[in-house]
Amino acid sequence: MAEKILMKGNEAIGEAAIHAGCQCFFGYPITPQTEVAAYMARKMPKIGRVFLQAESEVAAINMVYGAAGSGVRVLTSSSSPGISLKAEGISYIAGAELPCVIINIVRGGPGLGGIQPAQSDYLQATKGCGHGDYKMVVFAPASVQEMVDLVQEGFDVADMYRTPVMVMGDGMLGQMMEPVEFKERQGRQLPSKDWATTGLRGKREKHNVINSLFLKPEELEEHNRKLQAKYREIENNEVKYEMYNCEGEVDIVIAAYGITSRICKNAVKMLEKEGIKVGLIRPITLWPFPSKAFEEMCGKTKHGFISVELSEGQMIEDVALAVNGRAPIHFYGRSGGMVPTPAEIANKIKAIVGGAK
Amino acid sequence: MAVIFERTKGLLDVPTHYCPGCTHGVIHRLVAESLEELGVLDRATGVAPVGCSVLAYDYFSCDMHEAAHGRAPAVATGIKRAIPDSIVFTYQGDGDLAAIGTAEIVHAAARGERITTIFVNNCIYGMTGGQMAPTTLPGQVTETSPYGRDVNTAGHPIRVAEMISTLDGAVYVERVSVDSVPNILKAKKAIKKAFEIQMQGLGFTLIEVLSTCPTNWGLAPVEALKWLRENMIPYYPLGVKKDATTGEVK
Repeated sequence: MAEKILMKGNEAIGEAAIHAGCQCFFGYPITPQTEVAAYMARKMPKIGRVFLQAESEVAAINMVYGAAGSGVRVLTSSSSPGISLKAEGISYIAGAELPCVIINIVRGGPGLGGIQPAQSDYLQATKGCGHGDYKMVVFAPASVQEMVDLVQEGFDVADMYRTPVMVMGDGMLGQMMEPVEFKERQGRQLPSKDWATTGLRGKREKHNVINSLFLKPEELEEHNRKLQAKYREIENNEVKYEMYNCEGEVDIVIAAYGITSRICKNAVKMLEKEGIKVGLIRPITLWPFPSKAFEEMCGKTKHGFISVELSEGQMIEDVALAVNGRAPIHFYGRSGGMVPTPAEIANKIKAIVGGAK
Repeated sequence: MAVIFERTKGLLDVPTHYCPGCTHGVIHRLVAESLEELGVLDRATGVAPVGCSVLAYDYFSCDMHEAAHGRAPAVATGIKRAIPDSIVFTYQGDGDLAAIGTAEIVHAAARGERITTIFVNNCIYGMTGGQMAPTTLPGQVTETSPYGRDVNTAGHPIRVAEMISTLDGAVYVERVSVDSVPNILKAKKAIKKAFEIQMQGLGFTLIEVLSTCPTNWGLAPVEALKWLRENMIPYYPLGVKKDATTGEVK
């Protein structure tokens, strides 16, 4: 077993990427993720890899596009307003079917918003981010250890499906310190990158072209359908979630991801003492969304579901789609960097289920 | 029988979509011939822009990337940093490079990226149908400057080669023209030199090529060449703007 070390979330992201064989990092400073870039700036040149501070998030994501097209593992990192700027490039990366990992350490918005933790980029991340018919795999870790594991897994999933993968944390996960372990990973069988623009190098007759332009409608539709087929495959194979305290019948089921799910677990324990049984579904992949877990709980919850988020209500839309009218759906959210206490969540749930049973 | 001229291996044997009289074809050939003559076609990767030359990736025989509008220098940076022994070039027009992509070109040059930019300046947006470009001349009539470019409201044209030459990371910057055979030969020499400097790993190189757009200028091809000579060259003087390999700065 590898040694456990105490690390800040943002720095652990950098180390996880290095472990995963990330060759290039392109970024631009923005709070609260700047430590990712600072860590990479210290480490990457020492091991003969690339760290480059770009002139903007726009340039950084296009450097990612170039490096990913050249066949190397590449990482970029930003926070909410910066991700909006990267959205154009992410669309091109998805269109050209390139693998890369993008970190979003979410802060409150809209606009410049604030610099405190939030989950208000859920819709942006899960519904595509940029223009066009595409999806991006979105991982939502709930601890520094899970952040490490999912960054490494993210590179594999990206290479497996030639798709951008976002690892979405929040300001709290990025800034907190927890013990982590860089485990020996059971690698996947990954396809070769014979499409990369390495130069022909006497190995190929035909040039490789990295491109997302299809001027003929028939060809673009065909391309879009090929992308959709890939997304169906990801939906079938890559859904990750945790079900906590969901055995038997429950009074209500919480839907919460990331740091919020940890606060909710404390609320579940508090309510247990008062005789209220609360289940928790924690999506680990926000896209593909673990709809089946919600379907499974529809007949087993007396008062339906409550989506608890650091936003004014975004994941609740996917919860509603999964539940599809079969049970009531409630919401509790704080935003702008405000974080609920377990007692706050417990009180909201008591108000719904009507006190102790 | 001795072969005295043949098609360059740097271009694929396919028809291009360029308008009759457009000089993109000539410039493509100069780039392709240079790469071939330097023996680096096999490790070259080009980055195509958005604009008339958006489909350049279908014409060059080396590996190619298509970039978003203006972002070619950032994409090229990613390629070069990922595979440092690649020979990487961007091929960009005036809207792409001097309007939406100003940040990317300035910073790629300032960083001294070991890439070569071929900047094709024809004073107009071609693909979108003839709108005012950052390089459109004062008084020049375009779709979006129908009364002639008024510098009081639309601002002044940008002399890209001169601007880039002020940056320490840029080692070779020259403005050339493809309006005549002697100028085409000079352009070829400049492009080849830029690639040689990249091969030596000395820094950023940019060749600005004055080019024609007969379609959107509303001129016959020969008239367009004359217009370039009479209007563009006085505003955009030809020559080496900077050669840090010899210490020459103009």
